[in-house]
Amino acid sequence: MILYALYFAFGCFGIGQLFCLYRVVFAPGVGDRVLALDTMTINMIALIALFGILHDTTMYFEIMMLFAMVGFISTVAYAKFLLRGDVIE
Amino acid sequence: MDLFAEILITVMLVIGGLFGLVGSFGLVKLPDQMTRLHAPTKAATLGVGGVLMASLAWFGFFGEHFSWHELLIALFLFLTAPLTGLMIAKTNMHLTWRAEELPFPGEDMHWATFGNSADRSLMDGDAELDTPDRDLRE
Repeated sequence: MILYALYFAFGCFGIGQLFCLYRVVFAPGVGDRVLALDTMTINMIALIALFGILHDTTMYFEIMMLFAMVGFISTVAYAKFLLRGDVIE
Repeated sequence: MDLFAEILITVMLVIGGLFGLVGSFGLVKLPDQMTRLHAPTKAATLGVGGVLMASLAWFGFFGEHFSWHELLIALFLFLTAPLTGLMIAKTNMHLTWRAEELPFPGEDMHWATFGNSADRSLMDGDAELDTPDRDLRE
């Protein structure tokens, strides 16, 4: 039962990743691109968590943590650059 | 007990997957920039939270030992998602609207990054430039 739910969640987040990729490529504005990239990192964290359940290993926690931190910091840096023309003033 | 755990994990996985899909679909479907901001920062974060809680329950029930790592990651994501939304909303505001199109913020106040202080760096403490006059930046 869990296996089928895992495959379902894999499918959902994979399709979501494709939607985000579409939005990164065909975005009307710069803010949408940054938002789509941030959503891609969030979906990737979910995919890595699902992969960890599927392979029954706890090895991927650090990778998820790194993805979360780097995704947040890069999004804030992009937004800050678009706002002020400079990341660290 | 095992059946209960399986049902719990399955429900959390399905709900998380659906919320993640809705969040990413909203990014494509919704009509304008500010409404598009809602879908990923709320629905997708909730979906990831559901998947991480399913992972926590899985390793608690069927793994070798219980660990709080997923809760840490979920907490971090739930803390940072509103900040990301705020920063991108300010970026959208700054790139697409002029200062006089925004709602009136109140007496002696102006929208952050739209006022006079937007012209100078935050590092140099030049007090006389900090007047509340509205600066009509494009």
